[in-house]
Amino acid sequence: MNGADAMVQSLLHEGVDTIFGYSGVAIDPFWNSVGQTDIRSVLVRTEQNAGHAASGYARTSGKPGVCAVTSGPGAVNLLTGIATAFADSIPLICITGQVVSDQIGSDVFQEADVTGAAESFVKYSYLVRNAKDIPRIIHEAFYIANTGRRGPVLIDVPFDVQEQQVPRFELFEGDPKLRTYKPTVQGNKAQIKKVAKVLQKAKRPLICCGGGIHLSRAEKALRDFVEKEKIPVVSTMMGLGVLPTDHPMYFGMVGNNGHITANRAMNESDTLLMVGARVADRAVASPDLTLEGKVLIHMDVDPAEIGKNVGPTIPIVGDAKHIFEDFLEEECHGEHEAWERTLEAYRENFREERKSSPDYVNPQAFVRMLSKAMPDNGIYVADVGQNQLFSCRNAIIREGGLFMTSGGMGTMGYSMPAAMGAVSADPDRLAVAVCGDGSFQMSMMELATMNQYDLPVKIVVFRNNFLGLVREHQHFAYEDDYNMVKLGGEPDLKLLSDAYHLKYFRAENMDGIEDTLNDFLHSDGTAIMEVFINPMENVVMK
Amino acid sequence: MQKRVFQLLVDNTSGVLSRIAGLFSRRGYNIDSITAGVTADPRFTRITIVTDGDDEILEQIEKQLAKLIDVRDIRTLEPENSVYRELCMIKVEVDSHARPGIIAMADVFRANVVDVAPDALIIEVTGNQSKVDAFINLLADYRILEIARTGIAGLQRGTEGVIWFD
Repeated sequence: MNGADAMVQSLLHEGVDTIFGYSGVAIDPFWNSVGQTDIRSVLVRTEQNAGHAASGYARTSGKPGVCAVTSGPGAVNLLTGIATAFADSIPLICITGQVVSDQIGSDVFQEADVTGAAESFVKYSYLVRNAKDIPRIIHEAFYIANTGRRGPVLIDVPFDVQEQQVPRFELFEGDPKLRTYKPTVQGNKAQIKKVAKVLQKAKRPLICCGGGIHLSRAEKALRDFVEKEKIPVVSTMMGLGVLPTDHPMYFGMVGNNGHITANRAMNESDTLLMVGARVADRAVASPDLTLEGKVLIHMDVDPAEIGKNVGPTIPIVGDAKHIFEDFLEEECHGEHEAWERTLEAYRENFREERKSSPDYVNPQAFVRMLSKAMPDNGIYVADVGQNQLFSCRNAIIREGGLFMTSGGMGTMGYSMPAAMGAVSADPDRLAVAVCGDGSFQMSMMELATMNQYDLPVKIVVFRNNFLGLVREHQHFAYEDDYNMVKLGGEPDLKLLSDAYHLKYFRAENMDGIEDTLNDFLHSDGTAIMEVFINPMENVVMK
Repeated sequence: MQKRVFQLLVDNTSGVLSRIAGLFSRRGYNIDSITAGVTADPRFTRITIVTDGDDEILEQIEKQLAKLIDVRDIRTLEPENSVYRELCMIKVEVDSHARPGIIAMADVFRANVVDVAPDALIIEVTGNQSKVDAFINLLADYRILEIARTGIAGLQRGTEGVIWFD
């Protein structure tokens, strides 16, 4: 047994069934060992997408996603995937090949200091010096990636370590001995009782949920608590889907791209529970103003997030699932029916319908139609740009459904590989990637991967021949002086679909769009639906 | 803005110092000084960092450092129950004429002359930062050629808070 075999046996022991990646000599011993097992290896077409695919896999399965690439350019290409996962706290195990140990630091062919380069956006990284450490390192890496505030862990393995003989291989069992790393998952009971008391008195309580709810799988506990105590809920972009969109207690997404009702709810609440959310700039643009005069209860598994952007009245460090399960044992019985009525009236009054040119598809209406037509457990993956904001504001997510997007990093090209990863985690679910013509072209090389591994994704491309969101910014900031935002020379997606043997659907305006959409969603395999929207369409409600 | 001295006990892994220094630079925190050295147990390194910031920044520094997986322990060394020391070497231009005067001054500060050249001296002074600063100020009339300061190392007084490892 050599180091590569030890890596693969350790990965199998952690329950790994799929690895996304790319080959190269420095990682070849590893792929050779993988080939001797039942692990499915998926060869993406550029390393960045191995990271995104692993992210989609992780968000769908709840297990860390695994990706492996070669040294130098392979490792450096993966960095965007790692940083994207880090910004959204997605657990990944990222394995990189490295040049031979005694050549490290001498700038040999395909050498890059990837542990150094990735330092600021991994949860932890290892440079493996001796193959005998592999079982321990892999076990620790999974533990670190998937506990506490989740995130990517990088394991850099020199070629010679992969080939090094491991005479006495033993799987690493039991608790990793990480004395310094003990994430707090149980919320402090006294603090929870204190919060229950506060909620009892609150007249206008509100829960604002972030991605932490999904990451700790707290959806059910949240829902039980909310239904019992009748406390209205809003979410951040990362928290979309914490409650079904049509749940009576759900009042939309907050933030500068969010719903008016949700933002009003934030401003007018007297007691605000932020859960699994960072109070980041995109969700709460001016925290001091929004939170003035409120009781703020901030609950997060990462103690460093509490007090980073705002100083809470009551902090609780812990995992959202455990905290809500503890809350369920408390009786708050606050009286805030008037508040619910107020928010319901807002929701009625602020139907954010905007007019759209009849010559084009109305993207808002289309997103609603699409998400309604998807199965309940469908996976909606939004890319980045106007498409993301149309999606976030209008997608209808039902119980069992999943909404994914690159929230923190805002990485274009995320949706297709992430949807591919989602399908590989659960082939029975329909995954739809919604992108713009810009983001589509950032990842369109993965069409081949979808074909090769039978990972069907339904791809919606909003076509406007612009990098729409930046064009919109230039419209307001530079009075329509457009620079670097016009997409010319675009591929004919019909011909492109033919080239990849994919079905192609097209909607130029709203006429008959529902039928086209249904045909698209019910077609076999990967399919592309090109949706023409007004190039001058704005997301901002002005 | 206030000054604070953090003491860290970290795993002696490769790259641990760069992880810590990198955290300060990328989050825009100041480092006044940083010293590191292995402890009695070679598995661990003790690091003393002097930094400054307002209360929120200092709280973030402590929390972000605590998040690093190599960091075993982090605490603030409060001036009233801690001992700080810094070593400083000062090379002063001095001829045989002025030499006795400067040596007398060094004696008052319990500083040692560690090198004598025909036209210069190296004086080593150890103490807390204010003592070192005071000594340097005292040399204002001379021409200081070079200074090398270690930054402070510190320990908490007494046995309370000592971490024992098996």
